[in-house]
Amino acid sequence: MSDDKTRTIQVDYMTRVEGEGSLTIRLEGDRATEVRLAIFEPPRFFEAFLRGRSFMEAPDITSRICGICPVAYLMSACHAMEDALGVRVGGPLRTLRRLLYCGEWIESHALHVFLLHAPDFLGFPDAMSMAKKHGEWVKRGLRIKKAGNSLLSLMGGREIHPINVRVGGFYRAPTRAELETLLPELRWGHDAAVECLEWMARFDFPDLERDYEFVALRHPNEYPFCEGRLVSSRGLDIDIRDYDGHFVEEQAPYSSALRSRIRGRGAYLCGPLARFNLNFEQLFPEVQDLARRAGVAPPCRNPFRMLLVRMAEIAQVFTEAIRIIESYVPPATPFVEASVRAATGYGGTEAPRGFLYHRYALDETGTIVNANIVPPTSQNQLTIEEDLFELAPILASLPHDEATRRAEQAVRNYDPCISCATHFLTLNVERG
Amino acid sequence: MARRKRPKLAVWKFASCDGCQLSVLDLEDELLDIAGALDIAYFKEATSVEKPGPFDLSLVEGSVTTSHDAERIREVRKQSKALVTIGACATAGGIQALRNFKDVKEFVSVVYASPEYIQTLATSTAIADHVPVDFELRGCPVNKEQLLEVISAFLHGRKPNVASHSVCVECKLRGNVCVMVTGTPCLGPITHAGCGALCPSYQRGCYGCYGPMEAPNTTSLVRAFRQAGSSTVDVVRVLRTFNANAPAFRKESEAQEKGEEESQ
Repeated sequence: MSDDKTRTIQVDYMTRVEGEGSLTIRLEGDRATEVRLAIFEPPRFFEAFLRGRSFMEAPDITSRICGICPVAYLMSACHAMEDALGVRVGGPLRTLRRLLYCGEWIESHALHVFLLHAPDFLGFPDAMSMAKKHGEWVKRGLRIKKAGNSLLSLMGGREIHPINVRVGGFYRAPTRAELETLLPELRWGHDAAVECLEWMARFDFPDLERDYEFVALRHPNEYPFCEGRLVSSRGLDIDIRDYDGHFVEEQAPYSSALRSRIRGRGAYLCGPLARFNLNFEQLFPEVQDLARRAGVAPPCRNPFRMLLVRMAEIAQVFTEAIRIIESYVPPATPFVEASVRAATGYGGTEAPRGFLYHRYALDETGTIVNANIVPPTSQNQLTIEEDLFELAPILASLPHDEATRRAEQAVRNYDPCISCATHFLTLNVERG
Repeated sequence: MARRKRPKLAVWKFASCDGCQLSVLDLEDELLDIAGALDIAYFKEATSVEKPGPFDLSLVEGSVTTSHDAERIREVRKQSKALVTIGACATAGGIQALRNFKDVKEFVSVVYASPEYIQTLATSTAIADHVPVDFELRGCPVNKEQLLEVISAFLHGRKPNVASHSVCVECKLRGNVCVMVTGTPCLGPITHAGCGALCPSYQRGCYGCYGPMEAPNTTSLVRAFRQAGSSTVDVVRVLRTFNANAPAFRKESEAQEKGEEESQ
């Protein structure tokens, strides 16, 4: 029961997110006394059944953790295995991996921006009804998404769960002629993304600014995908291999996903806003200008503006994909051979929603002895809850239905992938 | 002109990666037409609108891994005129069915710090193990063109035109050189068609995303793998991925393990 002072915002089954979760916010006056983002997606035990499998199987198996960002899983698993086995993937193979990741960022960001999140800003329950009033923009969004998917299909064989990625590289490298067929649509996509960003910059963004600790990969020469050091806005600067020493995961009784903290500090934010703030100078100059014109520049601390940052990243990776294809020279061989040894390997890459960490221990036959995977949504869970505490005065000022919608919109800022977050309820929990 | 009432579509999720329902949203060219022709009454990943049943067509993604979900699928069945399962999780239990081959107590003790917070069944099972299913669309993930064909067929009251031959046939139609000739183990001869022979087209062996074809000769294929140098561990691994619990694959992988034990 609610009286004038106390009320509860309750969403039993979050919509327009990937996976199954619920949200509860208890408000007393204009203060939140409790916020629970509860994930009830059933666990699938990936780390348990990876034990006993070959190092070569980890990319394809872990890609099934998420149908929206399978490339992130393929990449983090490959990098971890290559780290364990001392394999270096450079030159055109490394560039092809970046090209594949460009496709996933476009597809996943466009799905989120146009189909899942933009309807919140314009007051629609979904993109299909939004299309009745803003049809041209929704169609543009779908075509941008399709351009990303076409890149994934060509490079990976199909959009969801690509089959062409392996430890050491690819099964088959594309020809230049094949890749060039994508150029017209990628060029269109870039220009459309710029227009969409300019349009979305005029949306109404709720007033919330927080002093986050941003965490992302940083690379000296490029906007980060697969390589670099893991850095934060409060001085963290580590090799990926040291991840476990700096981050800790905890289990909440109401949720089937682990939540991460930085040791000694607490919640942090990973994903587009963190990448953008920590790597702004690695964006192409035209994308930097585009972002500034759209009203986002580092440090951007408004989580609702992550929508704009995603659009800027779409423009960035369209440009990068075009440049890669224009200067593409096929590799001499599609992959680098790996020979097995007993070792532990670490991989961390930037999934569309943020840093995705994999660690595997292998025995001398290349069989997995143990596995640890930390997806971005587990890392952002605490921050999402803290955002909702901060949002309480705004929520308290709104009628109930509107407050509920605003709270859901705030969760969607993070493009949470609950399917990913759940499968890791696992590991390495210290017992007293 | 009187407008015909639009058929009601529902999309349900059980234990899964969301990839098969994402295939609906990946129909970028058709999505707005689908939304015009159908009343999307329940589709959590796509819309906040929720309308009550009954539904003309329910698409079900994912496998049953909790007692709550075992109950929920019965409720979905009651509310659905036609129920179609989409993908390997819903048709065979998915990758999470690897638990079915293990001692679950050991599994759980490895995995959970506080198992009392977690509800899970010892097995991951196909939807058809729980309720009658009108059509099973295979794949990990499903092929989105086939998905469109299935939706269209059910709404017009006809049988979906989905080929049931093996990946081998698709490979021949594409004119691929057989990868087995170069010594690469390939599940194509026993795997259900649907992907268009993707893996052999990218110079790797089929790994069975679409599950067993009808009446597959698994024994013969495994013999060929053995002759090419595969060990029991290799054979069991390749049969135990996304369709590990599909009866034909399960039976063969268990026979291989048993054979290994007896020879020791």
